Amino acid sequence: MSQLVSVTNGDGEGRLKARTIRVWSLVHTWTSLISTVFLLLLCLTGLPLIFHHEIDEVLGYAPQPEAAAGRPALPPQQIVQAALAADPGRVMQYVSWDKDEPGIVMAFTNNAPDGKPDNATVRAFDAVTAKPLGLVGVGPILIVLKLHTDMFAGQPGKLFLGGIGLLFAVAIISGVVLYWPFTRRLRFATIRDRSARRVAWLDWHNLIGVVTVVWALVVGLTGVINTWAELMLSQWKANELAEMVKPYAGKPPPAKLASLDQVVTEAKQAAPGMEIAFIAYPGTPFTSSHHYAAFMRGDTPLTSRLLKPVLLDGETAEVSDTRALPAYLQALLISQPLHFGDYGGMPLKIIWAVLDILTILVIGSGLYLWLARRRKRARATAVAHAVPAQ
Amino acid sequence: MTASSGRSQRWIAVFGAPIVLGVLSMVGLLAALLLGDVGRYLSWLMVGAPVLVIAWAWLRLRFR
Repeated sequence: MSQLVSVTNGDGEGRLKARTIRVWSLVHTWTSLISTVFLLLLCLTGLPLIFHHEIDEVLGYAPQPEAAAGRPALPPQQIVQAALAADPGRVMQYVSWDKDEPGIVMAFTNNAPDGKPDNATVRAFDAVTAKPLGLVGVGPILIVLKLHTDMFAGQPGKLFLGGIGLLFAVAIISGVVLYWPFTRRLRFATIRDRSARRVAWLDWHNLIGVVTVVWALVVGLTGVINTWAELMLSQWKANELAEMVKPYAGKPPPAKLASLDQVVTEAKQAAPGMEIAFIAYPGTPFTSSHHYAAFMRGDTPLTSRLLKPVLLDGETAEVSDTRALPAYLQALLISQPLHFGDYGGMPLKIIWAVLDILTILVIGSGLYLWLARRRKRARATAVAHAVPAQ
Repeated sequence: MTASSGRSQRWIAVFGAPIVLGVLSMVGLLAALLLGDVGRYLSWLMVGAPVLVIAWAWLRLRFR
């Protein structure tokens, strides 16, 4: 706290400022300390996740479509048949199309339409030949992803990490408040490397922290929003989706499902100019027990993230309703690229990784500064006790 | 120079560069999302600006 005292003068205003600064310092110290271990886990696991696609490719876990340039894609129902043949006894949950991998279709099967995500099997199929291209979402990156999103603790783990993200945001904001008293006598980016090592690390901590503050806040808070995804989805199902499927209340689930080919055709007609991102089968968490839901995307960087649901009757594939997602789900969809950093090509991924490493340095140096200050205080106390004894 | 003007000058000296970098980062983060290819190039420069400042501070110490 010696630095804090030195930034104030001896009058009443100075004492008030010293007290205010001490409070902010306590907030900064404890929000950082409580979250340190988990923030380090998030930063360390986040680093390989930035390059998960490239790592999967190198390790052989990324599906590769066969060379079929110019040939038309098969009707999607054939992909569904191939998926069900690959996993006998299971049911379809979702079929998805990645805009960056037009030659590949992903099929999600599970033991029940509302089966847990952890029990889903995701297979990639060649869009032209329906040949299975292997399982998706397996390999070492899956372990890293689970550690990063919920620490293998499911929804409670997600919500806990969301709380850690909020603590991180408080630590950042209190750090910005404390930046003034610690640096107001220094030029910007001064590193006092000829002083004690602790002082030099304090300067690095302050500099790296303040220049990365906006990126860290954006990534931290969008991460928090992502931990609420399932809650938001439940809210949407309970309100907006319930409103959309009201005319079907009390009706039994479809006895025979409409063909996916028909569903795709109808959905595209209902949302001209858009393409299908994924289709949820009736009874899955993204729709009602009566409806297919086709989630449509636009073709600009922004609209390709903002999905629009089209509900289609499970038996006839007739369009039942379509409306934009509510603001909170749109915020969730926009927050995802801002958290992952996967929307600006490889250079942005590399910058994301460097900023992640810089955040690790800020967290590590903060811990070092706290330990060094404790050691310094302990030494001072020992000396103070030793002096009267002499 | 009055005490308050001196204080505001000091405030700008302390927070000026971080605010500029913060605005650049925010604009860069949104540019890639909203402006297509041009936004993508802008985002590399703007989101990368804090990294360049850290590199400059480190190189300045190393080659002093």
